[in-house]
Amino acid sequence: MISEKDVQYVAGLARIHLKDEEANRLTKDLEKILDYINKLDTLDVTDVQPTSHVLPLKNVYREDTVRPSLTQQESLKISVDQHEGSFKVPKVIE
Amino acid sequence: MELNKLTAHELLDLIKNKKATPQEILGSVHEQIEKSEKDVKAYVRINENTVVATASDERSVPIPIGIKDNMCILDQETTCSSKILKGFKAPYNATVIDKLKKSGALLIGNTNMDEFAMGSSTENSCYGTTHNPWKLDCVPGGSSGGSAAAVAANEAIWAIGSDTGGSIRQPASFCGVVGMKPTYGRVSRYGLIAFASSLDQIGPITKDVADSALLLNIIAGYDERDSTSVDMPVPDYTQALENNVKGLKIGIPKEYFVEGLDPEVKDAVMTAIEVLKKQGATFEEVSLPHTDYGIATYYITATSEASSNLARYDGVQYGIRELAKKTRKSPLLDMYDETRAVGFGAEVKRRIMLGTYSLSSGYYDAYYLKGLKVRTLIKNDFDKLFADFDAIIGPTSPTTAFKIGDRVNDPLSMYLSDIYTVSANLSGIPAISLPCGFSKEKLPIGLHIMTKPFAEEMLFRIAYTYEQNTQWHKQRVEL
Repeated sequence: MISEKDVQYVAGLARIHLKDEEANRLTKDLEKILDYINKLDTLDVTDVQPTSHVLPLKNVYREDTVRPSLTQQESLKISVDQHEGSFKVPKVIE
Repeated sequence: MELNKLTAHELLDLIKNKKATPQEILGSVHEQIEKSEKDVKAYVRINENTVVATASDERSVPIPIGIKDNMCILDQETTCSSKILKGFKAPYNATVIDKLKKSGALLIGNTNMDEFAMGSSTENSCYGTTHNPWKLDCVPGGSSGGSAAAVAANEAIWAIGSDTGGSIRQPASFCGVVGMKPTYGRVSRYGLIAFASSLDQIGPITKDVADSALLLNIIAGYDERDSTSVDMPVPDYTQALENNVKGLKIGIPKEYFVEGLDPEVKDAVMTAIEVLKKQGATFEEVSLPHTDYGIATYYITATSEASSNLARYDGVQYGIRELAKKTRKSPLLDMYDETRAVGFGAEVKRRIMLGTYSLSSGYYDAYYLKGLKVRTLIKNDFDKLFADFDAIIGPTSPTTAFKIGDRVNDPLSMYLSDIYTVSANLSGIPAISLPCGFSKEKLPIGLHIMTKPFAEEMLFRIAYTYEQNTQWHKQRVEL
């Protein structure tokens, strides 16, 4: 069971502001989906190794050499707001 | 002759024999767009001034192509059909785009999709729904619904899609075209805006199997900018187009033919199996015992990865930024919360929430970790079968295209339309959907073939043999 309070807590973790009616609907949706997902509980997976990735890849290394990349100016072209060559955001501390 | 109704390989022959020019082909595609795009709505953006290169390179493939709106194209808007990326102009090309441009491809526009590729109907798009060209009040499938609809409506000769749980194959099935998901790692994901990184793969959507092989030739290959792309030689896939399945052993999973499968879809698939049997393939009933757990496993892993991947959309750098009307936490935190509240649609929020929940302290073992363990069981089912079988065959989706609006309010029923396709992503194997008939309502039905990793040639061989002995791939919509 997932409560509306749980949903608001998770929304906080996910950094999404939810209006009350949205949280209410999401609670119902998630409850249904989690109930369906709980069918995995019928499987015994104690000795099963998890698969996070299908390829047998280990670390992929490359030489640490400078290569062409986006310039500061090119990167800032897409910015919402900028100031003296940086991305500008609302005030963090008073 | 309507050039836009031909396949790429037919058009390349015409160009070679000087019976058509790339300009004429592009013109016929634009004419079709002019005529039917208002009803189909396959595109979110159309390039009015696509440049046809004049270089007469023998290898050049100057064919009009639609690109799903989640692949970065330098200095062009790319939004994943999401409000949160409105105005975002990519500062670089995806590797797939680089490869296409090098091949001479004519990029005609960005195709509609479910927001961030989350959906099975293209209804979750901030631009509105795409319509199925075969029946306009039905969905085209999703999430690459715009790409599949553009090809089916002859508004593109072929298109590029991405597939995380069936997002190329299911819309291809619904729209009566060929959709192919390559092996995980076969095509570079650099510049593909991430949904679930361990599942996402780019692939071709085409009118026939030969075009599918041709387009995969162009986009496949190792890329040092995607460390999960695999450094293996790319064969010439068109060499696999052989009308011969003699001696091939193909499995029919009994778990795929159960309740929920539309009898018309079942009949079409069984008839297709008979066609291949006649050509010399042998079939045997097999079991994939964990099939029933596929959707649950998929929705845990995909949403967990998505909740992490989509954390980058916070209003700091690009896309939109929303400020809260009154302070709740702090101006910066409120900006994150508000930007994401306004920028994401309902389904994306639902999935971020589910993924965040699965990964959160106290639930990680019960959900995320358990999902990864069941993923192992699902993968093992396939590994075991492929020791004895060349391929596995079944339907692409349990039903034909459903009506627009029918499943929007029932997320679970929407998820279940991917029941046959998600396991290929969970196990990383290649799979193809190709047309194998129509329902009484004249809606296309898709045949789904899967095989072992990096055996795309086997898929093309079986699919091509089926096509050579049937006529479904020659059906075209009149719009």
